[in-house]
Amino acid sequence: MNLARKLACVVVVFVCAVSLAANWLAPVGYAKQFREAPGAPPSHEHWLGTDEVGRDRFARVLYGTRISLLLAPAAALVSTLLAALVGGLAGYLGGIWLRLARGFTDLFLSLPWLFLLITVRAVLPLNVSPLTSVLITFLILGLLGWAAAARVLSTSADALRNSDFVLQARASGLHGPRLFLIHVLPNLKPVLYAQFWISIPVFILSEANLGILGLGVAEPLPSWGSLLRELEGLMSFREEPWRLVPLVLLIVVMTSFQMLLSKEEVTA
Amino acid sequence: MLISKTAPRKTLFWKIARHLAAIVAIVLLGGLLSATLVRLAPGFDSDERELDPGLSAESVRALRQSRAGEHNILRYYSGYLRAAWHGDLGTSHALGQPVQSLLRERWPVTLRVAGVGLLLAWLLALLLAFTACLWRVPVYEMMGITLSGAFLCIPAAVLALLSVILNAPGYLAIALIVFPKIYRYSRSLLAKAYELPHITAARARGLGEMRVLARHVLPVAGPQMIALAGVTVSIALGASIPIEALCGLPGIGQLAWQAALSRDLPLLVNLTVLVTLVTLLANSGADVMNYVLQPRDV
Repeated sequence: MNLARKLACVVVVFVCAVSLAANWLAPVGYAKQFREAPGAPPSHEHWLGTDEVGRDRFARVLYGTRISLLLAPAAALVSTLLAALVGGLAGYLGGIWLRLARGFTDLFLSLPWLFLLITVRAVLPLNVSPLTSVLITFLILGLLGWAAAARVLSTSADALRNSDFVLQARASGLHGPRLFLIHVLPNLKPVLYAQFWISIPVFILSEANLGILGLGVAEPLPSWGSLLRELEGLMSFREEPWRLVPLVLLIVVMTSFQMLLSKEEVTA
Repeated sequence: MLISKTAPRKTLFWKIARHLAAIVAIVLLGGLLSATLVRLAPGFDSDERELDPGLSAESVRALRQSRAGEHNILRYYSGYLRAAWHGDLGTSHALGQPVQSLLRERWPVTLRVAGVGLLLAWLLALLLAFTACLWRVPVYEMMGITLSGAFLCIPAAVLALLSVILNAPGYLAIALIVFPKIYRYSRSLLAKAYELPHITAARARGLGEMRVLARHVLPVAGPQMIALAGVTVSIALGASIPIEALCGLPGIGQLAWQAALSRDLPLLVNLTVLVTLVTLLANSGADVMNYVLQPRDV
């Protein structure tokens, strides 16, 4: 691991740890309103000031980071498992199953990602509780984000199906799920890991886009998407630079993920 | 790049026919899928207009009657296809206008914004990628990587907000969203092409850099770049949603966002079909172009 990658790893771990400690670092919580100080600048009490309704921005950044950084990997896990199920199995079975799975993934991939996301998000109720909105947002990401990974996995599984060691295992009498679980799936692990890591930043960005468009996590729960929505009222960068903190944090974390990713992509 | 004079016309015809058949099948399936999703959506039966206290019982009944045809997915979709065949794409529930006229009004805006954005993104990315390969200055290469990496980390919606704050045009935001993908891919393609033995030999023999690029590098990297052109159309269309919604541009992206917020079934189905069609046409066009430009042995 080179220095840049080590640094990226430290940044991601540090941001995760700080967001997990939000209860101790920002005991006021993300929803408490300081009605006497709406839109206040940074001060000793409110390190990043308060938002338009008087909520502590520092607390909201910490809690929002926790939601985005913990649930994006959860969504990535769901999508990777789905991709393994669809792509991995189709590649292993081959023939008509592989063609069917590829046709289905092509159908998914032919739709621009954001179009697909807002269409599916729109068919689900928009007036839901904040907690439900979090689950809906990240579940949609997980359930719709499998297609590209499934395409890669089906190709890898197809190559494995025709490999010498699988042929030998088959000749030795190993068939069906046992052959898949013992010989194919363990060899798909590097591809699965890579697809999992690749999905995380994609889902973080997608949640941010949905949040800014008003189709993501509902108020008062914060997420990077809803925090970035605050930029909408900004007239200039010099006016209230502390409002850019969520954006800077997002860029730092995303850059770190990118630096960590390259190795995973190479391994895949 | 070599333009084939021997591309068998019959094979080309079948290639185009196969693509068209696949496009029709995928568009029909995509439309059915989105109609199914919308039909199964909670609250599908409810209509905000029914809550208007000024409406009589008869008017409410008439409203429900007008939506009755949408209850059976297959009936709704076959009815939609029949009407679409005659040029009627239905009426938007939320905007109360024929979908066809909405699409006609909005499409040119998206075409202009996404088109100019794509053009700018390609120009910037290719300029940076080609010069990075020609000059091979580490600092310059690092600058390109950092620039593209920074834009990859910013959500499209944030770029839209930033363009509003900075008073920048919407197409510039689209260009900055698409640019990093083109730059990184084309840079890597060009770098791989430059490592090929025959290109190293050509350079060692003293062939001019521009000649090496035009005669030897482009024919190697070109086909994949053309394929990437098809993909970037899809990226630009996707990016048009936040850009148009937040920059106040009345295009297809803004329409999709409005339809999503008001859960407008006919509009959503039509937009899904239209965007899928454009994406598939762009990808198929790139594939056919690659086939036509492919050098063949005479």
